[in-house]
Amino acid sequence: MTTIVTLFSAVAICAGIIFFLAGTVGLLRFPDSLTRLHALTKADNLGLGLIILGLLPLSGSFSTALKLVLIWALVQLAGATAAQLIARLARPSGRGK
Amino acid sequence: MLDLALDLLITALVIGVALWTIRTRDDFAAIVGFVAYGLLLTLAWARLAAYDVALTEAAIGGGVTGVILLRASVRLKPVTTARTPIGVRVLVGLLCAVISAGLAAVVLLPVSPPPSLAADVRSHLASTGLGNPIAGVLMAYRALDTFLETVVVLLALFGAWSLTPDRAWGGRPGAPIPTASFGPLPLFGRLLIPIGVVIGIYIVWVGADAPGGKFQGATILAAMWILAMMAGLTEAPPIGRWRLRLLLAAGPIVFVAVGVAGIPLAGSFLAYPEALAKPLILLIEVALTLSIAATLGLLVAGPPETAPGTEL
Repeated sequence: MTTIVTLFSAVAICAGIIFFLAGTVGLLRFPDSLTRLHALTKADNLGLGLIILGLLPLSGSFSTALKLVLIWALVQLAGATAAQLIARLARPSGRGK
Repeated sequence: MLDLALDLLITALVIGVALWTIRTRDDFAAIVGFVAYGLLLTLAWARLAAYDVALTEAAIGGGVTGVILLRASVRLKPVTTARTPIGVRVLVGLLCAVISAGLAAVVLLPVSPPPSLAADVRSHLASTGLGNPIAGVLMAYRALDTFLETVVVLLALFGAWSLTPDRAWGGRPGAPIPTASFGPLPLFGRLLIPIGVVIGIYIVWVGADAPGGKFQGATILAAMWILAMMAGLTEAPPIGRWRLRLLLAAGPIVFVAVGVAGIPLAGSFLAYPEALAKPLILLIEVALTLSIAATLGLLVAGPPETAPGTEL
């Protein structure tokens, strides 16, 4: 049982790291702000989500697991808002349309 | 082995980002570098198990200072910096090298056994009613330092306010932000502010027994207030309002009042009578939290730019 749990954690965390890596490569290589934002928010969203999913079985207590999920949710909220604000300024037509 | 690799990686990143921040010529890029440097430093403090310092660095070093620097760089007109004369740069470099060498000597050549009051602090901690030795040092043994720190934060706000043009004196801080009720930022504010206020109060409260405390908690509360002001959910209060000024001064006033009361009651300035130590420390922490949060929020908002009564 513990082997399966450890394996699950390892796979989830590795998958999360791949998303961060891909997001970083996208941030460096994509041609304009909107596509770069797209790459960045994927890393925040799925990368962090998978890492936290992998950490949940290792967290040891329900309250720690809950805190991890809360951290993920707050990063989601902040990331989505920041991406919206930057995208509005980056649009060629300017903001507010 | 893995731990050593992680520590070396963090050290290399801290030094690399620090050098990049100094080298870069663009204000905005340098500030972003400074914030990243603060977050890396937070990791370093966490690796050293200094969680109180890590929290403070993340909240104040990386967070509030970064925002204040950004606001300051926006206010500054683009300046063409003349290159500093070579002599001055060599002098500054030498000075920095001497300071670094001094610090390195202190760290690398410790007296054996190193002088430490940690054992004394631990054995007397129970008399303060606190469980976190850091809180014990800040509020009991080095209370004078903590008191002066809070006064320094207030003085920084006076410094920012002193840049106010005469016609704007007493007005609302910063450039006016149109009130908004929809869009990403107001929505973010509505969702985050209730959570942030709870977390801020929790950090202050838990500081008595675990990493946390008034500075870190107050910074989170200030951040929530700044978010509400930036999102247009609330307006910054006019700086002439006496209730605001009372709030700003409440922390230092309560601190100094308890300190003076300590002279007849406990024998010296800033000493607490043993039976009342915990409630008195709590009273000071609450007053300081409110004052520091208000001061930091107004520091970010900046000096008033429009005359009182002419807002949007």
